[in-house]
Amino acid sequence: MRFDRLHRLFRGSVILILLALSPPASAVLTIEIVGSGTTQFPIAIAPFRAEGGLTQPISPVVSADLARSGVFRLVDAGGINPPPAEPQDVNYGTWRARGAEAVVIGTVAPLPDGRYEVRFRLMDVAKQAQLVGFAYTVSGAQLRHAAHKIADVIYEKLTGDRGVFSTRITYIVKRGNRFELQVADADGFGPQTVLASNEPIISPAWSPDGNQLAYVSFEQKKPVIYVQSLVTGARRALANFWGSNSAPTWAPDGRRLAVVLTKDGGSQIYFINVDGSGVTRLTQSSAIDTEPNFSPDGELLLFTSDRGGSPQVYGMSTKGGDARRLTFEGSYNASPRFNPDGKSFTFIQRNGSRFNVAVQDMTTRQVQVLTDGAADESPSFAPNGRMILYATEVRGRGILSAVSSDGRVKQRLTADAGDVREPAWGPLSK
Amino acid sequence: MKKLIFGISILTLLAGCSSTPTKEQDGAAVEDRTKPKVVDREPVKPAVPTTQSLKDTPVSGNPLKDPGNILSKRSIFFDYDSNLVKDEFKPIVTAHARYLQQNPKTKMRVEGNADDRGSREYNLALGQRRAEAVKQMMQLLGARPEQVESVSFGEEKPRCTDPAESCWSQNRRGDIAYQGE
Repeated sequence: MRFDRLHRLFRGSVILILLALSPPASAVLTIEIVGSGTTQFPIAIAPFRAEGGLTQPISPVVSADLARSGVFRLVDAGGINPPPAEPQDVNYGTWRARGAEAVVIGTVAPLPDGRYEVRFRLMDVAKQAQLVGFAYTVSGAQLRHAAHKIADVIYEKLTGDRGVFSTRITYIVKRGNRFELQVADADGFGPQTVLASNEPIISPAWSPDGNQLAYVSFEQKKPVIYVQSLVTGARRALANFWGSNSAPTWAPDGRRLAVVLTKDGGSQIYFINVDGSGVTRLTQSSAIDTEPNFSPDGELLLFTSDRGGSPQVYGMSTKGGDARRLTFEGSYNASPRFNPDGKSFTFIQRNGSRFNVAVQDMTTRQVQVLTDGAADESPSFAPNGRMILYATEVRGRGILSAVSSDGRVKQRLTADAGDVREPAWGPLSK
Repeated sequence: MKKLIFGISILTLLAGCSSTPTKEQDGAAVEDRTKPKVVDREPVKPAVPTTQSLKDTPVSGNPLKDPGNILSKRSIFFDYDSNLVKDEFKPIVTAHARYLQQNPKTKMRVEGNADDRGSREYNLALGQRRAEAVKQMMQLLGARPEQVESVSFGEEKPRCTDPAESCWSQNRRGDIAYQGE
């Protein structure tokens, strides 16, 4: 029953992605794992039967996904011929001897219509029983996505948290004077250009359904907010008022956005419906109010304001009223983004001359600084709240990095050319 | 060398055009036919010498472009975390405000900029505040509100990219751009 539902949902999402974007851009992001968790779950991923002839074998992608999370330790699965593909093939003694607590087996079978059936099973070595197993029917181009979906299922089964390997990220690449807004898989694979411009692009923001991006483009020689469909490529100016228009962020219901406009003077936060109607002002200060971000329940808005003399993070009801200052450590706290569980938020804190990613608990107000770069920027949570994607600089070049929300696991995503900045992690794929 | 000769020939052309009576307009028409070839070879460069030629044409002289006129000065620099227009830049703001007052149909943008340390959106707001400060001063000096749009480029249009104060100070500025420029 559950299998059927997942299978249907999965097929829908794949079609969506294929329709969504232009052909892959040249730059591929490669991931380097910098740190790892202290306790790692030992798992073996056996080669899938008949995957050797595929342009995109499944098991290496599943292995790379799980290893990258820092939660798993990959146990050597080589040297068994033929590799186990069905439960009765699994010699549990062998896997126990190798130290694996779980083993993943699977098959890939070509279908008469040119598609493939990918099957996998996650086996518990101690219990000698299947924990979970699914089959997917996909085209050759969707094999990689199927592998990410498998990694998601394994991750969720063994950790209890949602897997985010099949999600996407967006970011801006700058090469010379050319700016490209790109979307790629969460592992940096398959980058596709959403918009290319000779003027800067900043602040991309995902719609809650993952089908649209809002962003700020300077193509009219001033900041204007656009909304673009990833499904059709159609774009329109959402906010192009007198002055500057910036910092778009979507309400959880996807029907309106919070934006920063200067049409009435200083930088203030407004709501605007997704069709551009119903512009209403939320903040009423003579200071800078910017970088709004909705709580997952849509009740609260976090934002950066210098109303107290230095930039700090404030919280305010989306119905209006007084703003409450939330950050007190240090003279520069900005760019707040909620954890999807609503219990904490990530932000940028200045420490001396360095700008780093930090997390603050909404209740206890306890702050943990997670990174140690010189100029870390634009943090955003993965939709499962386990990782934070952010921009940093290495030798003067912009790259993307990710850090686990406990600070233990770090990943670096390096593009083969150009400066990469302004990342935002997309929602869970449906 | 080729470029130099080309530049000179364009200058000569422009000089010829600007100051000659009816008869030589025929000559100008002849020159026009050869123009496309020249433009094909060097599509961008021809725009450069026009600034010089304006000096020689007092009648159509554009005070906004005349290097000898204070109106050609377009940048106002700010201190760190400040949007105060310093005394040394007040004459520039004053001159542009008067120009707007005298030319009520003229419009401009003041483009605020910030150095690249910290949040891009916060820097956009800092740049906006600088642009707005220049706009407010111009209004006090006689410009009408609808003549001046304050916008911000934040840290996105740095004039200098070295990580040093001497460089950052060049990026904390407001630039004046008239409509159509």
